[in-house]
Amino acid sequence: MFHAHHSQLTTHLLTSFHSLPQRLHMAVQFKKRGLPDKIPIDMTPMIDIVFQLLTFFCMTLRVSAAEGDFNIKMPLAAPRAGLPDPDQLQPMKVRMRADANGNLIDLSLNDRSFNGPDRWRQLHNHIAGLVGDGSLAASAEVELDCDFGLKYEHVIEAISAVSGTAAPDGQVIKLVEKIKFAPPRQE
Amino acid sequence: MKIKARGAEYVEIDYTPMIDMTFQLIAFFMILINFGDGEQDQRVQLPSSAIAKPPQAPLETPITIQMVRDGKIIMNGQLLNDVNAIRPFLKAEQYDLQTKNQNPKDATIIIRAHKDAKTGLVQQIIKVCQEIGFEKFILRAKSELGH
Repeated sequence: MFHAHHSQLTTHLLTSFHSLPQRLHMAVQFKKRGLPDKIPIDMTPMIDIVFQLLTFFCMTLRVSAAEGDFNIKMPLAAPRAGLPDPDQLQPMKVRMRADANGNLIDLSLNDRSFNGPDRWRQLHNHIAGLVGDGSLAASAEVELDCDFGLKYEHVIEAISAVSGTAAPDGQVIKLVEKIKFAPPRQE
Repeated sequence: MKIKARGAEYVEIDYTPMIDMTFQLIAFFMILINFGDGEQDQRVQLPSSAIAKPPQAPLETPITIQMVRDGKIIMNGQLLNDVNAIRPFLKAEQYDLQTKNQNPKDATIIIRAHKDAKTGLVQQIIKVCQEIGFEKFILRAKSELGH
């Protein structure tokens, strides 16, 4: 009984084994026939993520104006050692007086006043005349002496006037690089 | 109506141009985004200057102090009423520099003051920093170069 059953099973297996390539061929044919011309890819998750990224960048974007720097090296005042160098320029002291509202009412450099709407240009030209061909520019130093209540924007205007000027091509032509503040005045 | 009814069951939309455009927008925003502007405060309107140059390279140890119009100071995200209130923060910065084997002289104090702030108050900030040992200062302005 067992032998008969075993031989039947072996025959069946052998038949199946022999017909395996044929079956595989049929399966491939079936698959080929079943494939569509174009496989549709579901774009929805990608579009979701992309739009989320876009929203994030839109929300976090902050349009800010370009900022520039003026470098000032100001250690705590120390007494000057020895006699002043005769080859060095005399210290240039820019005095700025303010009215009660903080507006600039008087601008002077070593007791020479500059007035009118182009006073910063006058100051710049005067310092350029003192510094000369640029050989003294490295040693030239400007001290800003401002009233307590003066609006800070006037300080930046003064620093801009003494630091240099912008050429038409955007380059900065430097004038005086050493700038310091006089001790703060009382309010 | 019959012709329409016999047409395709659904219309396939071509997403390619939309995705192209969206990726371009993302690339644009990614380039424009600047995470380093966190120190900027909208309450501070900087004075403008025709020759203030944007920094060429990032500073090594910058410490930013901001002053709003009424003279209040913003440091480390806190609004301080008095100039002397910045001392503990500066001392902490000094200690931090010392732990890194650096000196306050190596650090740069960036001052962002409102254009209408009182100059005397800005000078007081500089004085307090000097007393602690800081020497290098940067006065920040709105750059008009190239405008």
